[in-house]
Amino acid sequence: MEMLSLSDQPLWFLVAMLVKILAVFVVVLLIVAYTTWVERKVIGHMQTRLGPMETGWHGLLQPIADGLKLFFKEDIIPSEASKVSFILAPMMILVPAFITVAVIPFGPDISVGGYVIPLQITDLNVGMLYILAMAGLGVYGIVLAGWASNSKYSLLGGLRSSAQMVSYELAAGLAIVAVFMLSETLSLKGIVAAQMQEFPIAALSFLPNWYIFSQPLAFCLFVICGMAEINRTPFDLPEAETELVSGFCTEYSSMKYALFFMAEYANMVVIAAIAATLFLGGWAGPFPGVINILIKIFGFMFFFIWIRATVPRVRYDQLMYMGWKIFLPLALANIVITGAVVVFW
Amino acid sequence: MLKEFIKGLSITFKHLLPGHSTTVQYPKQRLQTAERFRGLHRLVPAHDREKCVACYLCPTVCPAKCITVESAENDKGDKYPKVYKIDLLRCIFCGYCVEACPVEAIEMTGNYELANFKRDDFTFTKERLLK
Repeated sequence: MEMLSLSDQPLWFLVAMLVKILAVFVVVLLIVAYTTWVERKVIGHMQTRLGPMETGWHGLLQPIADGLKLFFKEDIIPSEASKVSFILAPMMILVPAFITVAVIPFGPDISVGGYVIPLQITDLNVGMLYILAMAGLGVYGIVLAGWASNSKYSLLGGLRSSAQMVSYELAAGLAIVAVFMLSETLSLKGIVAAQMQEFPIAALSFLPNWYIFSQPLAFCLFVICGMAEINRTPFDLPEAETELVSGFCTEYSSMKYALFFMAEYANMVVIAAIAATLFLGGWAGPFPGVINILIKIFGFMFFFIWIRATVPRVRYDQLMYMGWKIFLPLALANIVITGAVVVFW
Repeated sequence: MLKEFIKGLSITFKHLLPGHSTTVQYPKQRLQTAERFRGLHRLVPAHDREKCVACYLCPTVCPAKCITVESAENDKGDKYPKVYKIDLLRCIFCGYCVEACPVEAIEMTGNYELANFKRDDFTFTKERLLK
C-alpha cells in the first residue's frame, strides 16, 4: 500500500482531493446553516420561548428562508464608503474561516484501489501555525469592514475587534504551545496520533491520552480565548448592539451581511474542530472516525450556544483585564510547568 | 465566581428541558380569558329590544368620551337609545360604563381580537353591540 500522491497518480490524486474538499465544504456549510437554526431553538427554549416554529416542522426550513430573504434584499453600499474594500471585507472574513478547515483531520487513513488516502484535505507539518495565521487574517476583514463603511459605529466595532483579537490570540496561542510540547509536532495529524498513545501516568492508564486530561488549564484557556477570538458572547464587543448598533457590520445588507453571519458560524465550527483535535483526540473514539469528530464539534457548538444564553457580555475593560492580566500569565505559567515536567520527568 | 457560573448554566439548561416553555402558539392555540376580562362591549337584549333605558350615565362616566347616546321615546312611552355608538379607537376598556349602568344593560365580553382595516369598522353601533 502506498500513499496516493500527486507525482504518481496526478489524476486520481486530484479527484480524491476535489471529493474531499467538496465533502468538507458542504458539510461545513450545512453545519453553518443549521447552527443558526439550532442556536435560535436552543436559546429560545433556554429563555422559555419556542424559537422558530412556522417555516417547516418546528422551523426546520428557517435557514433556507433566511438565506432566500437575504439573497433577494437590496444591496446597499453607503455613498461615502470606500467601495472596493467595502465589498472585499466580507470575503476577507469568510475565506480564512473556511480554509482553516483544510488542515483538520476528520478520520483515519482509508485505502481505495490499493492506495492510501488520508481523511484530511492536507497535512501541513506546520498545521497549527497555519491555523493561527488564518485566525490572524480574519481580523483584517473585520477591521477593513469597519474602516471602509465610513461610519463611527462600524469603525469602533472594527477597532474593538482588532484590540480584542490581538490580545486573545496571544493567550490562545500560548495555551496551545503546551500541547506542542507534549506532542512534539505541529502537524494536526501528528497531534491526533500522539493522543492515541498510552496515558503517561500508569495509575490513570484507563484514560485516553487526550490532552484535556494532561492539559486541563490549557484546554480551558483555549476554549475561552477561542470564544473571544471569534467574537462569541460573552465577548461579542465588536458587535455590541447596545452601544454600537451592530458594530462592524452596521452598514452591510443583503448577501454581504449574510457572509458576515456565515463567517461567524464557520469560525465557531473551526474553533470547535481545533479544540476537539488538540484536546479531545480528534477523530478518535468509539464510532467511525468522522462521526466522532462531528460529535465533539457539535458538543462544543452546543456549549458555545449555552454560554451565549447564560452569560451577559463583559465590559471592555474587564475583557482587556482578563486577556492580559489573567489568561496570558496563566498560559505562560502553564508553559513553564509543562516544560519542567517534560524535561525533568 | 465559578459557582455562580455553574449555577447560571444549570438554570439555562433546566429551561431547555421539555415542558418549560411558556409560549402559546397563538392563532392555533388560545388561552381562556378570565371571567372578568374586559373585552368588547355587548348591549344586553331584553324581550323585544335592548335593556338600555338611555339614562346617559355611561357617556357621563366614560373617561375617554367614546360612548354616544341619543335617547328617544317609543310608542309605549319608554325611553330607549335611538343611537348607541362606542368608538373603540377611543375606548380604554376601563369598564366604568358597566359599573355605572343602573339596569345592567351593558356588559363586557371576552372578545379581544378587535383588529380591523378601516377606521369606520371600529365604530360599534347599537346593532353590532346587540349581537
